[in-house]
Amino acid sequence: MEIKARSIARGKATGQALISHAAIGFLGGVDPATGKVMEKGHPLEGKNIAGKVLVFPNGKGSTVGSYVMLQLAKNKKAPAAIINVSAEPIIAVGAIISHIPMVDKAEKDVYAILKDGQKVTVDGDKGLILIS
Amino acid sequence: MRLTKEEQEMLDGGLGDAARESMEILVALGKIYGAERMIPVTSVQVSGVSYKTIGQAGLEYLADLAEKGARTRVQTFLNPAGMDREQWKEMRIPADFAEKQIQVLDAYSRMGITKTCTCAPYFIGIRPKKGEHVAWAESSAVAFANSVLGARTNREGGPSALAAAICGVTPCYGLHLDENRVASLIVDVKCELKGVADFGALGSAVGKLVKTKYPAFRGIKSATEEQLKVLGASMAATGSVPLFFIEKITPEWNVAKDAERITIGAAELDAERKAIDSGLKPDLVTIGCPHASLKEIKEVAELVAKRKPTCEFWVCTSRKMKEEADRLGYSRAISAAGGRVVADTCMVVCPLERMGYSVTGTNSGKAAAYLPNLCKQNVAFGDLEDILYR
Repeated sequence: MEIKARSIARGKATGQALISHAAIGFLGGVDPATGKVMEKGHPLEGKNIAGKVLVFPNGKGSTVGSYVMLQLAKNKKAPAAIINVSAEPIIAVGAIISHIPMVDKAEKDVYAILKDGQKVTVDGDKGLILIS
Repeated sequence: MRLTKEEQEMLDGGLGDAARESMEILVALGKIYGAERMIPVTSVQVSGVSYKTIGQAGLEYLADLAEKGARTRVQTFLNPAGMDREQWKEMRIPADFAEKQIQVLDAYSRMGITKTCTCAPYFIGIRPKKGEHVAWAESSAVAFANSVLGARTNREGGPSALAAAICGVTPCYGLHLDENRVASLIVDVKCELKGVADFGALGSAVGKLVKTKYPAFRGIKSATEEQLKVLGASMAATGSVPLFFIEKITPEWNVAKDAERITIGAAELDAERKAIDSGLKPDLVTIGCPHASLKEIKEVAELVAKRKPTCEFWVCTSRKMKEEADRLGYSRAISAAGGRVVADTCMVVCPLERMGYSVTGTNSGKAAAYLPNLCKQNVAFGDLEDILYR
C-alpha cells in the first residue's frame, strides 16, 4: 500500500513501525546513548526507538530536543524514519539535521492502518509511506 | 513555496552542505507555517548560546555545522552565554562549564558570528527600523524589536535563526505579515506605574492572561525604553508574547474590533508583586534582565556610591556597554561597593544553581519567572532600593 504524505526531511528508510498516540519530547524523554524512551508514564516508556519507523502526533517540550535527535543519530540510536500527524519545528529541525527521513499529514489515517512491528518505508524525497 | 534561483541553488546543495541543510530547515518551517516565500533579513540573533541550555548535544551540533563550512551572510550576534568571557573565574563559574562554554562560542565564531552576547542589542546600536525584517531569537529582544521598534520578526529558535543567518532569509509568515500584527486583548491600566518593577509586575500579570492574544495597553502615560524592555521581557517570559502595543507610545497600534478587554489596577499589580516576591533577603542581587543600558548602570553606580548594599550584586550587560561603563568610572564605583559589572551573560543562563546562591534579587518579571526553575533560586522581587538594602 502506498500513502501520500508531505515531505519534511529528505531520504528513504525502512523499519518496523513503533506507534505512539502521545507526543514525544526528546530532551529528557529519550536517552541519547541508548534510544530508550525514559519519560515516566509515556506510552512508549522503556521501549527503544533505535532503527524504528517512529509514528507519533508531534514533538513537545524543549527545543533542545532537536539536538538530542542529532546525538541519537551520532550514536546510531536514532529512529530509521519519522511519521508525524502534524510536524512542528522541534522534530522537523531535528530530523533534517540528523538526516532522518520524515513525512507528515498523510492522506490516510496511519493509526488505523499501521500496526506496531509492521514493516514500513518512509520516502522523504517523494513524500510517501509504503506498507508491504 | 516559491524560491528564488539562489534559494533553490542553496536547497540543491550548489552552495555547500551547510547552506543546503539550512535551507532545508527554512523550507520545512515554511511548509509548517504556510509561508509562500522567503524574505531577506537584515540581522539575526541566534539563541542557544549558554552551555547550560544547549548542553553537549547542542555543542556537537554547532561544532559539526562550523566544520561543514557554515558561514553567515548577514549581521549575526548572540544571545547571552553562560558566563562573562573575561571574568568567569572571578564570578566563580565552575571550570568544567567554562571550558564547554568557550567551545560553544568558538564554534559560533568560526561561522563568522560576532561574539556579542546580549539580549538587549537595541542598546548598542542594533536597532532595525520600522517595517524592517529580521530573525531574532531571544524572547524579550523579539518583543522589543516588534513592539518598540516596529521591526518584524517571529520568535526564532536556535537552529532556525542560525539557518536564517547562513541563508540570509527567513520564511515569510506570522509577524512578517501585516494581517497578523493585530492585538485582540485591550489592557486598561488604571494605576500609575512608578518604577521598573511596576512594569515588570504588569508584564508578569498580563503574560499569564494573554493565552495566544497580543495585548494592547491603554492608560500608560509615559515609559522609558528601560521600562518597555522589562514590560516586554516579563510578558514574553510568562506568556510568550512577541508583540504588544501601547496607545500613543509604540509605533504601531492595530486592535481587532472584537478585542477582549481587561483592567489592571493597583490591587492587581500589588497582588502580582506579592505573588512573585518571596520576601526573603537576597544573597545576590542581579540587575540587568534584559541587559542593562548605560543609564541603568549609571543609576546603580550612583545609588551604591551613596550607600553600600548589604549583599553581593551584579549588573549584567553587553560587553560594549561594560566597556563604556569602565571608561566612565561606573564599573569602578560598583566594584567599590562590593558589586560587579558582568558582561556577556545573565543570572538566568549562568549556572547560579552550582554557585552557592539560594535567594536572588531582581526587579525584572522575566528573571523572577525563570530563576526558580532554571537556577533553583528563591526570588526577591522589588525596586533596586528595596532589594539591595533588604
